[in-house]
Amino acid sequence: MTDLFSKFDPLIEQRRALLSTGVTDPFNLVMEKVLSPTEAICNGKPTILLGTYNYMGMTFDPDVIEAGKQALDDFGSGTTGSRVLNGTYAGHRLVEDALKEFYGMDHAMVFSTGYQANLGIISTIAGKGDYIVLDIDSHASIWDGCKMGDAEVVPFKHNDIEAMEKRLKRIPEGAGKLVVLEGVYSMLGDIAPLKEMIKVAKDNGAMVLVDEAHSMGFIGEHGRGVAEAQGVLDQVDFVIGTFSKSVGTVGGFCVSNHPKFEIMRLVCRPYVFTASLPPSVVHTAATSIRKLMHAGNKRAHLWENSKVLHKGLTDAGFQLGTKEPESAIISVIMPDLERGAMMWEALLHEGLYVNLARPPATPANMTLLRCSLCAEHSAEQVQKIIGMFTRAGKAVGILG
Amino acid sequence: MDRAATAEKIAELIAPFNKKGIEITEASTFAGDLEFDSLTVMDFVAEIEDAFDIIISMNQQAEIENYGQLIDAVVKLQG
Repeated sequence: MTDLFSKFDPLIEQRRALLSTGVTDPFNLVMEKVLSPTEAICNGKPTILLGTYNYMGMTFDPDVIEAGKQALDDFGSGTTGSRVLNGTYAGHRLVEDALKEFYGMDHAMVFSTGYQANLGIISTIAGKGDYIVLDIDSHASIWDGCKMGDAEVVPFKHNDIEAMEKRLKRIPEGAGKLVVLEGVYSMLGDIAPLKEMIKVAKDNGAMVLVDEAHSMGFIGEHGRGVAEAQGVLDQVDFVIGTFSKSVGTVGGFCVSNHPKFEIMRLVCRPYVFTASLPPSVVHTAATSIRKLMHAGNKRAHLWENSKVLHKGLTDAGFQLGTKEPESAIISVIMPDLERGAMMWEALLHEGLYVNLARPPATPANMTLLRCSLCAEHSAEQVQKIIGMFTRAGKAVGILG
Repeated sequence: MDRAATAEKIAELIAPFNKKGIEITEASTFAGDLEFDSLTVMDFVAEIEDAFDIIISMNQQAEIENYGQLIDAVVKLQG
C-alpha cells in the first residue's frame, strides 16, 4: 500500500531489522519509579541514571518540590491561557525576575519549552532579506527556527571560526545578520570557542544568539554558561536556555539586554499562540534558579565527576567525543548502530541508563552512547559506572 | 566567469565527491543519481562557496536539484 506514510518505509525497515535481533527497543524505555536524580526503577530493576541532563540534580530538591506543591494549592493545575491573555500568573513574573537576576540581564521571556524558545526567537528576529549564519551541528530547534522564518540560512562547519568569518563577509551590504551558536554541543559534549567567534561576529556587524541549554547552572563562575566562562557574556545579544536540564522541570527562555526586547511578547508566535506553563512548573523553576545561583560546591563536584568518568572510560579503551572533558556530557563513540544498541542493552542489564543517539541527530552519521553526569552522582557511583561500561564493552566485543 | 569556465571549475570540484565515478550530465540529480547524502551536500556546497567566494544559502540550495541548475545558480551568484 502506498500512501503518505510510504516515505517512512526505510526507517520502519531499519527499526524492524534492529529489533528482530532481539535487542530491547532503546527508544521505548519506561521509568517505572524514580528514586532520586540519579536512580530509577526500569524493568523492575534499580538503574543508575546517566542520560537525563539533570546536571544539578534539582528534581528532588525539597525546596523546589515544596514550591511546586504550594503553587498547585494556590493557583491550580494549569493556566489554560496564553501569556498575553489570561496565562501570566504571579509565578511567571517570579521566574522571569529570577532569570534576570541569574544572568544579570534586563529582560527575560519564558516559553513553554526550550524548543519553542529557539523556534520563536530565531524565526521572529531574522526576517526576509536577513541572514542567519549558524553552526552546522546546531540543535534541531535552531534549524526548525530557521526553517520557520523567512531569512536566508547559511551554515558553516562546526566550530570553524574561519568558515564562519568567510560567510559573514560574503553577506550583501546592508542585510541584517544573526549568528547562532551553542555553548555546549550536546552530541559530543564539546564547547564552542565563543570568545573568538563572538568577536568575529561583532566585527562583521552581526547580532549574536547563544544557546546555553547544556551549560546553565554548571559552566561559568555563576553557572551562566560558556559565554560567562570565556568572559564574553556581555557581548551576547540573546541567551537561549531551558528549564528541562539543570533547572529540573520544563520550559524555555530567552534573556537579553536589548532595549526593545519586550516587543517580542507581542510578535513572537510560539510565545503568543500557546498556553503558558502551569503554576507549579514556574514556581519550581523560580526556586531552582535561585538555588543555582549559590551552587558553587555542586558545580565543583560535577566537574570532578566529569573528569573521573572521562579518564576512566578513556583508560578502559573507549573512544570518546572529546579528548578532554569539556562539559557534563561524555559521549562514547560506537562503531555502528547495531553494536551501539547491543552495548546500550548490555548497560541496561548492568543497571545503567545512558542515551543512545544516532543519525540524523548525530554529527557525521555517528552512533553515540551519550552520558550526562549529575552533581548528585557520588564518587562511588561514578566508579561503579566505569566498571559497568568495561564489563558491557567486553561482553559486546567493543573492548578487546 | 562565464558559464563554460564556471562549469569547468565545478567539474574539478565535484570529482573528489563523486566517489563511485558516476558519469555526470547537466540532468544528473545530486540526491538521486550522485547519491549525495546531506553531509556530502554540506561539504560540497562549502567547497563551491569558497572557490567562487559566494554564499549559496539553504533556501537557494532547496531550488537546486541537478548539476545544470547548480552551474546556472553559481553563474548567477557571481553577478
